[in-house]
Amino acid sequence: MRENRPSIHGILILAALATGVIVLFMTVGAKGRWDFILPFRGMKILSMVLVAYAIAVSTILFQTVSHNRILTPSIMGFDALYILIQTSLIFAIGSAGVTALDPRLLFACEVAVMVAFSSLLYRWLFSGSSRSLHLLVLVGIVFGVLFRSLSGFMQRIIDPNEFVVLQDRLFASFNTVDGDLLAVSALAVLIVSIIVWRLMHVYDVLALGRETSINLGVDHNRMVTIVLILVAVLVSVSTALVGPVTFFGLLVANLAYQLAGTHGHRFVLPIAVLLAVICLVGGQLILERVFAFDTALSIVIEFAGGIVFLALLIRGASR
Amino acid sequence: MIEISNVRKSYGDTIVVQNVSLQIPRRGITSIIGPNGAGKSTLLSMISRLAPITAGTVKVDGLDVTKTPSDVLAKRLSILRQDNRVTSRLTVRDLVEFGRYPYSKGRLTAEDRAQADKAIGFLGLEALSDRFLDELSGGQRQRAYVAMVLCQDTDYVLFDEPLNNLDMKHAVGMMKLLRQAADTMGKTIVLVLHDINFASCYSDFIVAMRDGAVVRHGPPAEIMTSEAMREIYDMDVEIREIQGRRISIYYT
Repeated sequence: MRENRPSIHGILILAALATGVIVLFMTVGAKGRWDFILPFRGMKILSMVLVAYAIAVSTILFQTVSHNRILTPSIMGFDALYILIQTSLIFAIGSAGVTALDPRLLFACEVAVMVAFSSLLYRWLFSGSSRSLHLLVLVGIVFGVLFRSLSGFMQRIIDPNEFVVLQDRLFASFNTVDGDLLAVSALAVLIVSIIVWRLMHVYDVLALGRETSINLGVDHNRMVTIVLILVAVLVSVSTALVGPVTFFGLLVANLAYQLAGTHGHRFVLPIAVLLAVICLVGGQLILERVFAFDTALSIVIEFAGGIVFLALLIRGASR
Repeated sequence: MIEISNVRKSYGDTIVVQNVSLQIPRRGITSIIGPNGAGKSTLLSMISRLAPITAGTVKVDGLDVTKTPSDVLAKRLSILRQDNRVTSRLTVRDLVEFGRYPYSKGRLTAEDRAQADKAIGFLGLEALSDRFLDELSGGQRQRAYVAMVLCQDTDYVLFDEPLNNLDMKHAVGMMKLLRQAADTMGKTIVLVLHDINFASCYSDFIVAMRDGAVVRHGPPAEIMTSEAMREIYDMDVEIREIQGRRISIYYT
């Protein structure tokens, strides 16, 4: 196909950039023994790449099934639900109890609850006669607010010491990533990726809308349910590793659409993942080396990314 | 043959289509006419499995549309609805090539590309094939969608108001094209039409619906009578025979 060449070029350039940023991150400012620095920074890199991947893929797939380019999974209350689960756990069994739990088991339970929530919400909203996207978004927002208020309520009445523990869990950064959790997350992402890859040809058809995709022989309800479950797993992974990152997915997804210049998900998805890696690792690099940890990663990403995004919008509008 | 038996569709207490039993013959053009809200589009949606059927069965060549796997049906029957909006940026060729999805699942073979070229040529879209859909006029986009469903190469092709957005010239062109597809490719085409004169001039068979039920069906000569029009539309319509075709005059 004639439009493939520029996209493949773009992917290669982005891959080179991503590798460059990772190499920089691994080596810049390294003082001391390499056999300490490399595994230490390697863990950080691995968690950042996992999160970047999870956010990019989940946002693009979510936007494809919802036919909307300004929605992100967090609109559906996914990350609010994660906060609620964490809060209720601490509330119910206390921080000592939670720490005693196997983090892998806990993670599996969290993912299960989030997947159950998303498929329930979807079944309920889409099995009836109305299939309104606006209704879905509205219900998602309402659920998000409900979850946040419930969490807020519980956070106010728990022991202040417990609250500190909770806050620490909710705002986990890349500097305190649990090795076990990382391994489980990597496994979850790997399994999801295999399914995502096997369904690659369906996404382009789903993007054509419900009626056209049914006409082309896609079992629309089933596919959308599967995609939403995959999204739920990916959002759980990224939220469990670093906490909620909302604007980031929107930014990366829209940049990817602009750069890809084609509709094909087999181009858009890799471009989005590479962009996410560049933004996240690059942002962390700037955070650590330029601002000396004086600010939050999300501020760096959202400031720089927001400017790029605005520039793209203005360029797009004037074209 | 499409066999519709005792099909009903209701939303809560509101019945949209009630106990429709109908056989749509193989080959040729069948038009469904009737006033707004008669249930024409709903019936078409149920035949093409876009909308669930409340009661009754629809069989296409003996395949029950609610039980047959969707991808098997996609090689037999295609449907084009009236409002088609796409969020992704597609060229006309991209869209037409999607018509091969039931066969190729996204991996286009040389034969798939040849079919796409044929469909693009059939609709006269060669000059526009690399243009993006959002750069086209409503009528051009409509033709691109028709090319997609023809590229799907199914025996049964269903259209919900294919003449929407088309001017006189393109509306006539579209009907001639569908006639040609029915005559030369042996397709069975089912249309929902609002312009009864087009239905009269181009169909082999007309189904008239009113209030969710089929009130009349038969060849155009039987439907195009003042008496039938009153029954269907509740309106006095003068029917004249002009150059061997029955034309209704309902504008004044």
